[in-house]
Amino acid sequence: MSAPRSDPALVALRQRIAAIEGDHGPPLAELPFGLAELDRRLPKGGLALGCLHEVAGGGNGATDGAAAACFAAGIAARLPGQVLWCVTQADLFAPGLEQAGLPSGRVIHVEAGDDTSVLACMEEGLRHGSLAAVVADVARLSMTASRRLHLAAKTSGTTGIALRRWRRQADASDFGQPTAAMTRWRISELPSSPLPVPGVGRARWLVELLRARAGESFDLELEACDGTGHLGLPADVAGGPAAAAGRHAFG
Amino acid sequence: MLAGRIGNRRLLTAVDALAAGLGLKPGMPVSKAQALVPDLRIEPANVAEDLASLERLAFWILQRIAPIVAVDPPDGIVIDVAGAAHLHGGEDALLDALTGRLALSGVTARAAVADTWGAAHALARFGGDLADMPPEALRLPAATVAGLRDMGFGRIGDLMAQPRAPLTRRFGPELMRRIDQMFGDAPEPIDALRPADLIETRRAFAEPIAAPETIARYIGKLVAALCAQLETQGLGARRLDLICHRTDREMQTVRVGLAVAQRDPARLTRLLCDKIPGIAPGFGIEIMTLAATITEPLAARQTSTLAPEAPDLSGLIDILANRVGAQAIYRMAPVDSDVPERSIRRIPALAEDAGAGWPHHWPRPSRLLPRPEPIDTMALLPDQPPVWIAWRGVRRRIARADGPERIFGEWWTREAERIAVRDYFRVEDDAGERLWIFRAGDGEDAATGSHRWFLHGVFG
Repeated sequence: MSAPRSDPALVALRQRIAAIEGDHGPPLAELPFGLAELDRRLPKGGLALGCLHEVAGGGNGATDGAAAACFAAGIAARLPGQVLWCVTQADLFAPGLEQAGLPSGRVIHVEAGDDTSVLACMEEGLRHGSLAAVVADVARLSMTASRRLHLAAKTSGTTGIALRRWRRQADASDFGQPTAAMTRWRISELPSSPLPVPGVGRARWLVELLRARAGESFDLELEACDGTGHLGLPADVAGGPAAAAGRHAFG
Repeated sequence: MLAGRIGNRRLLTAVDALAAGLGLKPGMPVSKAQALVPDLRIEPANVAEDLASLERLAFWILQRIAPIVAVDPPDGIVIDVAGAAHLHGGEDALLDALTGRLALSGVTARAAVADTWGAAHALARFGGDLADMPPEALRLPAATVAGLRDMGFGRIGDLMAQPRAPLTRRFGPELMRRIDQMFGDAPEPIDALRPADLIETRRAFAEPIAAPETIARYIGKLVAALCAQLETQGLGARRLDLICHRTDREMQTVRVGLAVAQRDPARLTRLLCDKIPGIAPGFGIEIMTLAATITEPLAARQTSTLAPEAPDLSGLIDILANRVGAQAIYRMAPVDSDVPERSIRRIPALAEDAGAGWPHHWPRPSRLLPRPEPIDTMALLPDQPPVWIAWRGVRRRIARADGPERIFGEWWTREAERIAVRDYFRVEDDAGERLWIFRAGDGEDAATGSHRWFLHGVFG
């Protein structure tokens, strides 16, 4: 990443890789998170649009998918247009999504019977092209299925988010399997921001980018989506992880 | 009380509940009835009118329930639900929906699902086991039934135990044909009701077709012809029925619904072709008919290049609805209710926006459990959050909590909720998981609730 971008050998190599990956269409746009801390670590400075992304919860979040749903809602909220959300178990609570920035008027829910039809509905949504984003709660996502979804997303420019959610905690090891997704995120719940009075502060997540094509993985402690779908940087880590660690150790 | 003329006798054809209580029954001579009940009110039966209204009812069912419907005079309607039941959530759900909707419109109906027309006819009228039914269940002429009764046959099972040849010689082939039809040994195609003003195209093939590509090609041709007909009448289709008549006299049906009226051939063809894997061509399809069962006026619309239009999602909604069912695609709309599970309702995906959202002063979870799950807790009464909770066998210590948010029962909906109270807390455990729990009751008065604790949702 630190090599100069003008190096002709590197440029040629990048073009060859792009040709192998089949990137022929218009260059993809990005959606910055609006946090310099997060954006500068992502390739091209934001979440690539018109691609497939994977999000899962950490710990118990792998089965309830609550934080992952808020994270996905926050991304979808900042894209203009309608959002298709495909699920197998209908437990999304619309007021909760609205508080993550995604109002109910923008979400079309699809309740499909099993994973296969969820993936089929997701692909239809991605192919249609006039949606802002398609989110789907899926457990199993094979390489073939993810490649189909990624291609569908690429041809139409719609962003797809596969919200990985398993029935049992043990199945979550499936998350290690490779897929064609552009990025893979894991959102784990952390104790909320401390308040001077008793009570629950703004929710905090450990946002881990486990895998990114042409990028490096990292993890960051962030504040959960606000009412407009934006993540926040906690005040005590704003000075950098090292400073935060120092504060924890000596404060 | 209705009376009609059968042959040269005047017989009762229908009696109401009151008359049935007086011992009158259909098939009784009018003179006998008048002798039993002196001041009887007798109306002449109007067979033609009855048949016409039965046909209207059958058309209503055709539009809503299944593509193949026929009248079964004098008092029945036969529906082929193969290929339609899954759209209503199964055969039982379809029956419930059908009888419920008929009851709402003031029609008392008895319905049954069976593998054959004959069996369904008998089950709807007599019920119970087929072999135990009386010979009247066989749709035979009254004279044959009387003859069977004279010979002591009180059950269909008795008839089946007898050798066929002597029975056929005595009563004619009709008896055995009806029994075979009831048990599925003889075919009995349903001659589907086709109202005069139904917009329909039809294509018969010199050679039966079976290959999916061929079916797709002819679907395209039928749709083009249908759309041309729709266009001349200024209509758009809301529901399409494709009926494939096979060489073995079976019928395969495909029904697709549309969220808004359409007559775009490409889109309609796409919807029908998605369903081709569900068509079993058997030895080949001889005739294909395509009908627009429900139509709506569809006028040309003026478009503007100045203001960007909202993207048209109806095509996507139709494709998804025909894949997973129309009731599985919805949008959420707010309801004025503080009770969380009542504060949302499902509206059709293309419905107008319901406007204002939910009040924002309390945080709401992103996942709400289908029903609150009981948890074990230790908490101080009346208004402290728990110190620990145990949910699904895992015990968590509560580090922080917000609450209580008191939600009162809706006394206007149910008497039991008149003084019911729930106290909601948003709690966070040691590991940082945020959960939404509530206590049924206000913590002081046992009448307000059981004082048990429940978990209702998970925050992100």
